[in-house]
Amino acid sequence: SSQFTYFILSVSSNLAKQEQSIFELWGHGKCPEELYSSLKNYPVEKMVPFLHSGSTYKIKIHTFNKTLTQEEKVKRIDALEFLPFEGKVNLKKPQHVFSILEDYGLDPNHIPENPHNIYFGRWIADGQRELIESYSVKKRHFIGNTSMDAGLSFIMANHGKVKKNDIVFDPFVGTGGLLIASAHFGAYVYGTDIDYNTVHGLGKASRKNQKWRGPDENIRANLRQYGLEKYYLDVLVSDASKPSWRKGTYFDAIITDPPYGIRESTRRTGSQKEIPKGIEKCPESHVPVSLSYHLSDMFFDLLNFSAETLVLGGRLVYWLPVYTPEYTEEMVPWHPCLKLISNCEQKLSSHTSRRLITMEKVKEFENFSDSFLLQIKL
Amino acid sequence: MRPLTHNLLSSHVRGATEVRINPVEFNPDFIARMIPKVEWVLLLEAADTLHLVEVPKEPIQGYEHNEEFLRKMHHVLLEVEVLEGTLQCPESGRLFPISRGIPSMLLSDEETET
Repeated sequence: SSQFTYFILSVSSNLAKQEQSIFELWGHGKCPEELYSSLKNYPVEKMVPFLHSGSTYKIKIHTFNKTLTQEEKVKRIDALEFLPFEGKVNLKKPQHVFSILEDYGLDPNHIPENPHNIYFGRWIADGQRELIESYSVKKRHFIGNTSMDAGLSFIMANHGKVKKNDIVFDPFVGTGGLLIASAHFGAYVYGTDIDYNTVHGLGKASRKNQKWRGPDENIRANLRQYGLEKYYLDVLVSDASKPSWRKGTYFDAIITDPPYGIRESTRRTGSQKEIPKGIEKCPESHVPVSLSYHLSDMFFDLLNFSAETLVLGGRLVYWLPVYTPEYTEEMVPWHPCLKLISNCEQKLSSHTSRRLITMEKVKEFENFSDSFLLQIKL
Repeated sequence: MRPLTHNLLSSHVRGATEVRINPVEFNPDFIARMIPKVEWVLLLEAADTLHLVEVPKEPIQGYEHNEEFLRKMHHVLLEVEVLEGTLQCPESGRLFPISRGIPSMLLSDEETET
């Protein structure tokens, strides 16, 4: 498994305008030699998808607190010749944009000869009052208690290699935050959730000043708000442990944040007779909330479901909760059809964190032999 | 619920009391990608139950470049929405409601007890 590093650039050019961009960091140094060395250490297989001969690209330079001449800029770009760029340069509409970022400090009266830091990365998304800021949770119409930070949802879509005309599915969709990022990249989206009220946009509002979720507060309305309604396929009220999909492979990516009992209660339908106290019930709600869902069962189901319904090469991206003092790599769920691509930690508290796990389907699911292997492993 | 979704579910549409036609931007590349995933028998069943017309009986050769075919499929798969109706599981016979366009596939406590 390997790590990904992201660089979020936040620039205020004037009081009214704040720009934010997300880059996938490929190299960094305090001087050019360190940067080149760092780039040479970046795994080639991670570069190749964006540099191959069928692709188009452009390299930009951003300098902070200094202005470079055109000649100086060209020199810096030329110095990166050692990178395995095989695509064609397209300055107007490149498929991939790379940036060299040079930081000359914050004092406009003392601009150093050489930058303090130089970064090189692949541009993923731009903030500029459109993406990250406007996708910010405060402005989004419909938020639940666990609406994810907008930046992280873009990172998840990036890990899922979400692209135009893909079908992306979130089996624990909640208020649909993760679908927005995928729709932004041109994918068509599906979501399911066991909570009837959340899917329909009913029930107590999560935003402080509101009493009831209005008729425009549901997942479809969220997508409409960003002009992405055309990517909304459907949402269903469904128990992720008992999926309703027919046999077949049709999802290009499954991107999800499963409930893990820290903020939202984990539930699935089952045979327990008593309904726990404190569960809100709307007249139309008929969710038979019962058994507490063991964490390991949920991930077993998720990985199995992904192995069955992802296309070959499709990706599963999900958060795995971790009790840090006891964590070992063995705890990351395994499946014979899914290859672990990355495992990135986000600390939540002194003893807990969660890990963003990315897996890729590398083998078709064969019922008998794969289930057998899974039994042994568990 | 759209016919594309219906086509990917294991339960089939039994009846619909409210259906609406909602225009969706035509994206030929996406529709062409969906054609191999469509279970045609299910599609024709749904077309029958929902009284849809002009539904191609099967994918035609060279469909990727046939705009007329793709537009018909686009309409059938994405522009029809069942707002109120019922789905039925072919194995158990269990019925699932569709309300406000959203199918609810939950089983009750008694049903999951086996």
